Amino acid sequence: MKSKRIYFFVFPLLVLILLAGFITDNSYFTITPKDVEFKIPQGFPKPFYDFKNNTPTPAGFVLGRKLFYDPILSKDSSISCGFCHMRIAGFAHIDHALSHGINGLIGKRNVPPLENLAWGNSFMWDGRINHLEVQPLAPITSPIEMNETIAHIIEKLQRNKDYAAMFKTAFNDSVVNSKNILKALAQFTGLMISSNSRYDKYMRGEDTLSAAELNGLQLFRDNCDQCHKEPLFTDNTFRNTGLPMDTNLKDSGVAAINGDMKDYMKFKVPTLRNVEMTYPYMHDGRFRTLKQVMDHYTKKFTAESHADPILIKGIQLTELDKADIIAFLKTLTDQTFLHDRRFADPSGHY
Amino acid sequence: MVKKLVYSVLCIAALVAAMSFTPPPECGSLTIHFVNRVGDKPLVLDSVLYKNSLGQSYTVSMFKYYVGNFHLKNKQGKEIVSKGYFLINQEDEKSMEITLDSIPFGEYKSIGFTLGVDSIDNSSGAQSGALDPVKGMFWAWNTGYIFLKMEGISSASTSTGKRLEFHIGGYKAPNNCIREIELKFKNPLKINEENNSVVKIKADASHLFSGQNPIDFSKLSSVTDFHNANHIADNYSDMFSVIEN
Repeated sequence: MKSKRIYFFVFPLLVLILLAGFITDNSYFTITPKDVEFKIPQGFPKPFYDFKNNTPTPAGFVLGRKLFYDPILSKDSSISCGFCHMRIAGFAHIDHALSHGINGLIGKRNVPPLENLAWGNSFMWDGRINHLEVQPLAPITSPIEMNETIAHIIEKLQRNKDYAAMFKTAFNDSVVNSKNILKALAQFTGLMISSNSRYDKYMRGEDTLSAAELNGLQLFRDNCDQCHKEPLFTDNTFRNTGLPMDTNLKDSGVAAINGDMKDYMKFKVPTLRNVEMTYPYMHDGRFRTLKQVMDHYTKKFTAESHADPILIKGIQLTELDKADIIAFLKTLTDQTFLHDRRFADPSGHY
Repeated sequence: MVKKLVYSVLCIAALVAAMSFTPPPECGSLTIHFVNRVGDKPLVLDSVLYKNSLGQSYTVSMFKYYVGNFHLKNKQGKEIVSKGYFLINQEDEKSMEITLDSIPFGEYKSIGFTLGVDSIDNSSGAQSGALDPVKGMFWAWNTGYIFLKMEGISSASTSTGKRLEFHIGGYKAPNNCIREIELKFKNPLKINEENNSVVKIKADASHLFSGQNPIDFSKLSSVTDFHNANHIADNYSDMFSVIEN
């Protein structure tokens, strides 16, 4: 009887000690100098973003991460960058066809994944943003996303003791200004590199692919690689995918930005890395499955349609071909990247 | 023979020494004072009523613009370039006077500058100083600086609140609104140790709506993207003149 009583006390105590140990173990979120080294993955080209002008440091990266996951960047402190860009979805948003903003507002486009951004020479579906560092200003100031001003963010951050200290350690001039906010965010997002999928391992000779996956790779190279160019799986161009205009959204793509009808309904060729996780698909998220995307691209497009010449020429695939290409596309899922602790939300929602 | 060699080595050494001791060319500074006007009236925000070339009256509540990449041409046609941008803002008295340093002594016959921000500085990422996006002169919907903002009210305007809103920017063809300005000095401008040279440059806001493309406020009261931006840019390309130097 007595010994049982002891267990009654000892057991919860043990649990508490274990829990305390877990909570105080911050190594999961600790960023070391090695964690922020930028290396060009084998087979990747030279990036567009020049890290020489913004050398990542642990302090800069941690500041960028905190900003990325902090709803303080939105007008009513309700949503953060990470709200739409979910780590487990390759920093796209699973399930929402269109982005969600503050006050329950719905955007006009599908949340794009964030990966290998250092190799991007333009951003957003219509390429309206020309540099990684200024990209965050678009969602921050958009009335249907975060609806905030950079001036007000600076004010809010200056009032916050944690941030004041973090800017001090992260930047020589210690100032909370737009430049340092954007540089810190670029350190964090610029290091989101996906280069360790089964495809990558296969290319490095570290893994094998199944017969179906290999056949899919060959078919992919014969039919898709012209736009979704390896190893980034995009050629960074804008193309008309032959989709009919959504009559609610009336989104004419690049043409809406430059007024040039040659660019009517042209959208950025998105990367296909982690495509298994970034559903739904296309600029407006109209397809839920990769099969639907395959079916779309193998349709007949008339010469009068605005579709890309490659589509007008036509892509012919059997049902089995499509299945093999999809099997191959799933080898682009990069578990190392999707579970990389460096990119986890430091407030613990990982 | 040896003597000759020693002699020539010494000569070369002396020459090198002399070259490295050449004093840098002497430089002075030039102060440029921007004077914003509307036609022959001084620009006063909000309170004064002006008229466009079609006789439509309007007030101005905001007038600001980027100028940069100043260059001075001397008599021989040689150009001196001074990098950097300035935001001239009617609301901020201090912004109306800018100083260019390190201008070599000499006589200059003309001055040039960019109205706007050139393509390199439009695509260089996060910037500070005059180009800090916090200045409210940066477009996030389509990366690039707004080169000129004019806002006001006109009874002829069909916009909400009878507003006029002209935000002009864009650095890519065919919607490139950067304009290169070249102005001749009235008299040759001397930069020397004696005087701190001052130039007064007038910016006539009425030119936005007159000139090559007269603007009818009942048809066009707002330009906030590439639509019609070039018309205004062509108009503002001749809004500057030297009034005193």
